[in-house]
Amino acid sequence: MRECDGGGRGIDRGDARCVKLAAIIVRSSRKGNKEDRQTNRMTLSTKDRLVGRPVPRKEGRAKVTGAARYVDDLVLPGMLHGVTVRSPFPRGRITGVHFGEGIPWDEFTVVTARDVPGHNYVALILNDQPYLADRVVNHAEEPVLLLAHADKYLLEEARRAVKIEAEPLPAVFDIEESLEPKEIIWGADNVFKTFLVEKGKVEEVWDRGDVVVVEGEYRTGAQEQLYIETNGVIAEVSPETGVTVRGSMQCPYYVHKALVKLFDLPEDKVRVIQTETGGGFGGKEEYPSMIAGHAALLAWKSGRPVKMVYDRAEDMVATTKRHPSRTRHRTAVTRGGKLVGMEIDFDIDGGAYATLSSVVLSRGTIHAAGPYNCPNVRIRSRAVATNVPPHGAFRGFGAPQSIFALERHLDKVAAAVGLTPEELRRRNFITKGETTATGQVIREDVDLPGLLDRAFELTDYQSKRERFARENEGARRKRGIGFATFMHGAGFTGSGEKYLQSIVGCEATAEGRVRVLAASTEIGQGTKTVFAQIAAEALGLDYETVEVVQPDTADVPNSGPTVASRTTMIVGKLVESAALQLRETLKGAGLISDSYTQSEWARACGEYTSRHGALRKHVQYQQPAEIEWDDERYRGDAYGAYAWAVYVAEVSVDTLTYEARVEDFVAVQEVGRVIHPVLAAGQIEGGVAQGIGWTLYENVVWRGGRMANGQMTNYIIPTSADIPPIRVHFFENPYAGGPGGAKGIGELPMDGPAPAILNAVEHATGHAFDFVPLTPEAVMDALEGETAGAAK
Amino acid sequence: MRAYLPAYEMVVPRTLDDALALLREGAGAWQPFAGGTDLMVLLEAGRLEQRKFFSIRHLKELRGVEEVDGGVRVGALTTYTDVRRSELLSQHFPMLGQAARETGGIAIQNRGTVGGNIANASPAADTPPALLAYGAEVELVSAEGARRVPYADFHTGYKQTVMRADELIAAVRLSKPSEGARHFYRKVGTRRAQAISKVCFAALAEMEGDALREVRVALGSVAPVVLRCRRTEVSLRGRTPDDETLTAALEELGREVTPIDDVRSTARYRTRVAQNLLREFLSGLRGGGFGS
Repeated sequence: MRECDGGGRGIDRGDARCVKLAAIIVRSSRKGNKEDRQTNRMTLSTKDRLVGRPVPRKEGRAKVTGAARYVDDLVLPGMLHGVTVRSPFPRGRITGVHFGEGIPWDEFTVVTARDVPGHNYVALILNDQPYLADRVVNHAEEPVLLLAHADKYLLEEARRAVKIEAEPLPAVFDIEESLEPKEIIWGADNVFKTFLVEKGKVEEVWDRGDVVVVEGEYRTGAQEQLYIETNGVIAEVSPETGVTVRGSMQCPYYVHKALVKLFDLPEDKVRVIQTETGGGFGGKEEYPSMIAGHAALLAWKSGRPVKMVYDRAEDMVATTKRHPSRTRHRTAVTRGGKLVGMEIDFDIDGGAYATLSSVVLSRGTIHAAGPYNCPNVRIRSRAVATNVPPHGAFRGFGAPQSIFALERHLDKVAAAVGLTPEELRRRNFITKGETTATGQVIREDVDLPGLLDRAFELTDYQSKRERFARENEGARRKRGIGFATFMHGAGFTGSGEKYLQSIVGCEATAEGRVRVLAASTEIGQGTKTVFAQIAAEALGLDYETVEVVQPDTADVPNSGPTVASRTTMIVGKLVESAALQLRETLKGAGLISDSYTQSEWARACGEYTSRHGALRKHVQYQQPAEIEWDDERYRGDAYGAYAWAVYVAEVSVDTLTYEARVEDFVAVQEVGRVIHPVLAAGQIEGGVAQGIGWTLYENVVWRGGRMANGQMTNYIIPTSADIPPIRVHFFENPYAGGPGGAKGIGELPMDGPAPAILNAVEHATGHAFDFVPLTPEAVMDALEGETAGAAK
Repeated sequence: MRAYLPAYEMVVPRTLDDALALLREGAGAWQPFAGGTDLMVLLEAGRLEQRKFFSIRHLKELRGVEEVDGGVRVGALTTYTDVRRSELLSQHFPMLGQAARETGGIAIQNRGTVGGNIANASPAADTPPALLAYGAEVELVSAEGARRVPYADFHTGYKQTVMRADELIAAVRLSKPSEGARHFYRKVGTRRAQAISKVCFAALAEMEGDALREVRVALGSVAPVVLRCRRTEVSLRGRTPDDETLTAALEELGREVTPIDDVRSTARYRTRVAQNLLREFLSGLRGGGFGS
């Protein structure tokens, strides 16, 4: 393992635990010495000309100059605008729809559930969510009716004039009410999905004389993704070409699959094109299938192209958010600090329809026991139904919720046996050859103690821990420092990647240009740049020679969804393989030898295409033989690879205003191989910022199943002034299954901030908070008994 | 944009007199549009009920900061950015600059105006508590003439003011506090920028020896109006801010505020933080921990 620092100076970390310890990058230090890094990289390995280098972003120039065209920038001839009329009721039987006075209704295209030409469900997993409510509504903001008109201002008048009448039905709004059950609102028992993970015999540990049993309950709230660009699409429908939708999305083939069912069309009569996308964070994983279907229904009925773009208020209240969760822990630990039994009950609130909740639950379940070696573990989990808009994918996908609970709980466990938080973790860190909760044997070198040492060294953790405790007595601003240790699996869970069977193509043009063909989307994270680096590196060509084609289901194969930290690791590896096949083909044809120049490559491509036609190679994902997963028992290799991390947060809590702020943040992680140091550090910084938001600021206020604060003025996300310096340090330990050794990192940084920050808040205040968001109001409720001097 | 734009009308009167003539047409017929930073939010949401507006942004006589007979006159159209940049204001009324810096972002500060902030009459506005602490007067103008009203008497209820339908805010007038006056302003909005206040506290004290010769305390977001806390002031005026006075003042403040629970915060939090900030202000007067 080696660490990267901004200047690229390698640091030997002569540590016996790990095989090869050396060091590389770190921070996307804006002042980092670029020259140094580049020279150093070249001498480290002349082979890595592009991997590990901060090449310019492929789509960066267009974004910076404003030339990039987002869906709302596009206007098609004859285009109408579309809007959705939504249910104001959380649950009810629709008794009528009233069209108000003063609107020229004959000019409008109106679509209801009765108009749906194919299947009225959003095809995903359980297909239980209708495109348009028919007879009943199960959550507020549920789509009931669609309107289109050329005048988008008149359209808003019309939307206001439609009144949905319903006979209310009893509703449930949280996990407790759902499980009670206060009312059955879904299936037989309100439960979308359950999992059971068992390792050892946890029921035998509780009565052992040598253990201390520690219990705790932890909760997390909903969170809005708040991508900069709201959801939006344009749909066209014609008898000749079928349905075409272009728009902002993460997963073109999810939208494709949903439209095929909605219109009951053959696959080649549906085309989905991703336009430049302003962020997703999971919020554009499943939801675009909904808005795409709505626009397409309006286009189909009106015979005109239809644009639908949500404004911020609609996007906030109606689209998916992070699942709220409740986790209960019961832990048996020896007095010497060895974990011997962990019983974990993990429940998430899925909202009104199943959507992706089962998969979110799966990831949260598997991550619930963390990077620790415990012989006896039982994890039971449930995703339950409530009458709120369906919760969905959001960076981390269930893992931030269960990891928050565990990493808060372990501080409590440590205190119960008189150990420091770090000592308890050190005594239980998983190491090579040991098994996770699902029985996955860790085959790679993992050095959590080394990451912890480095994180503590960078933050001066030990001395701050002592100093703050000493200085906090009587201080108006109390300070604290805390940390979390965790891992995040990259790629789809278990056999997910095997079922996906992702395909990537690479094509060489007659001029020698290389085109990467994949459905993986650039959503701001750097897909295009990283794919181009990988292909160019594999072929020994210039970065500029490679073009990554804009995802269009008519042109690109299905490389799977852009989710689950899988794009670089899984799809990137396929890009590498497909690129190498181009080279092998040219070699096999005798047109190039083992080494070649850029111009020799171009000549060879010209020669090949004139003789044989197009040079295009596709590769399909093959699961490595050593990955074994049992879907029935939920045992085995849950993920091909994990990124490992230690995050340290320093906080201050103002005893006048009860505001907690993060003052410093260090993120140390081992990620296989860093492909692009600036983009990688950007992923970590962004995830940490989003994690800080989830922890201390972002509070979805629910009233009767509706988000009451769906405006950016009242749903508080942190500004740059609220985000501390985020110091990012990468350790590298190349993973054979990833391109150039890379593992996935997109979700990882969402996991650590919440527990690290709350552990620090406990250090600062002495209060063990067990929920996020931790608002100043909640801090006041806990502290006010102690703030002598203020009158009641 | 959820508003039906064709339903709205905007005219641009050539002069202040033309603008005042429009106001004479009757209550609510025409409404002035200055920076528009509050109105545009309602328009975007489709909740702007007023349909007829006249722009006043170009009326230069309503903009700017000037020294007048021992005090300072701040034109109603003076923007937050103007306030931030005014040396006269930062020298004598530092809380105004602080309030302006903490209002919205740069774009809002370029558009939003002092007069607009008063006229909008939001109890969560950030400049008004500072204006109250400085004992400001509001200068109103109409076709009938001009009059001045103490700002402390201006807001009479939630979104209610003493302003007549034919009047426009022309300026606020401020008397310079004494050299040694203590100014204390704190906006609490959970995040450090672009926040709507949960509590906004402004206070001014003029000391005579150890005693508070004059004190003014004002709060935002704790009542239907930005609140001048007169009873709390009475409990402090003429006294030394010792523990006993402090406890009495905090209790008085707790009775004087009437905050609510809403999507932003709770009544309990607002009351408690207001008291904490008053305590901080008064404690600072003892040791001279902060000044102007």
